[in-house]
Amino acid sequence: MAEVMRSETLNISNNTSSLASPELLHVLAVDDSIVDRKFIERLLRVSSCKVTVVDSATRALQYLGLDGDNNSVGFEDLKINLIMTDYSMPGMTGYELLKKIKESSAFREIPVVIMSSENILPRIDRCLEEGAEDFLLKPVKLADVKRLRDSLLKAEERVFKNIMHKRELEANDIFSQLKRAKI
Amino acid sequence: MGKCMQGFLDEQFMELEELQDDVNPNFVEEVATLYFKDSARLINSIDQALERGSFDFNRLDNYMHQFKGSSSSIGASKVKTECTMFREYCRVGNAEGCLRTFQQVKKEHATLRKKLEHYFQASQ
Repeated sequence: MAEVMRSETLNISNNTSSLASPELLHVLAVDDSIVDRKFIERLLRVSSCKVTVVDSATRALQYLGLDGDNNSVGFEDLKINLIMTDYSMPGMTGYELLKKIKESSAFREIPVVIMSSENILPRIDRCLEEGAEDFLLKPVKLADVKRLRDSLLKAEERVFKNIMHKRELEANDIFSQLKRAKI
Repeated sequence: MGKCMQGFLDEQFMELEELQDDVNPNFVEEVATLYFKDSARLINSIDQALERGSFDFNRLDNYMHQFKGSSSSIGASKVKTECTMFREYCRVGNAEGCLRTFQQVKKEHATLRKKLEHYFQASQ
């Protein structure tokens, strides 16, 4: 009589890829300028990204559930692959938004790109030091967006491959256990 | 982009045109519409601030930073140049320079508006 496998031993990891949908990166864009919002949205759509655009850092935090009003516990379904934010915004700057994101356990792994019309080296350094993925001069070029997208897709592919490899190892492990139990 | 646009609009405008396609055939015009609406608001704010006579250079510079930013995003090179000059006058606290340059900003802005109106009408 075969012994029923206990549920603990069937602990196949259930991580899925963090892509919003197959091959589709979800980008959150933050800019207080209505012209720039229209522009970045178009750049991202042309680059086959799903886009959410907000007009302030505060709204970005609300969207992410980091505004303190909600606890971000319920936000596992929110898949953001990249945040692109303007630097100079009234209220909270892009730099302050960057810091808040990096302080959050839920979102610190999400790459944050800063955009600015001003080529100020200390500013760029500060952002990179705080963990920004990249710093883009405005007006942003389509080539910049495509480069970002490609590098993120490559990273996602690596993560996906690792997950598949891990599943394979786990499946082999279970198979060996089954063999030993002579089922 | 025809000869009449040269000097007024730079490569950024062409980048905008490249983003247009059959599904989004009016993208550039939509951006232009947003730009003129937004810049009208900023011009108004600056006008009011200058009329008051109290030169809050920080505030003026802030408005102009926004104006310059969106002018740059649409490729409005002449407007952008005048904005830069205005900001320089703000930086050194030169009120008369600000007033003078602002007239230039408005002039270039109005000229660009006319040219783009014709441009979009022609491409209908």
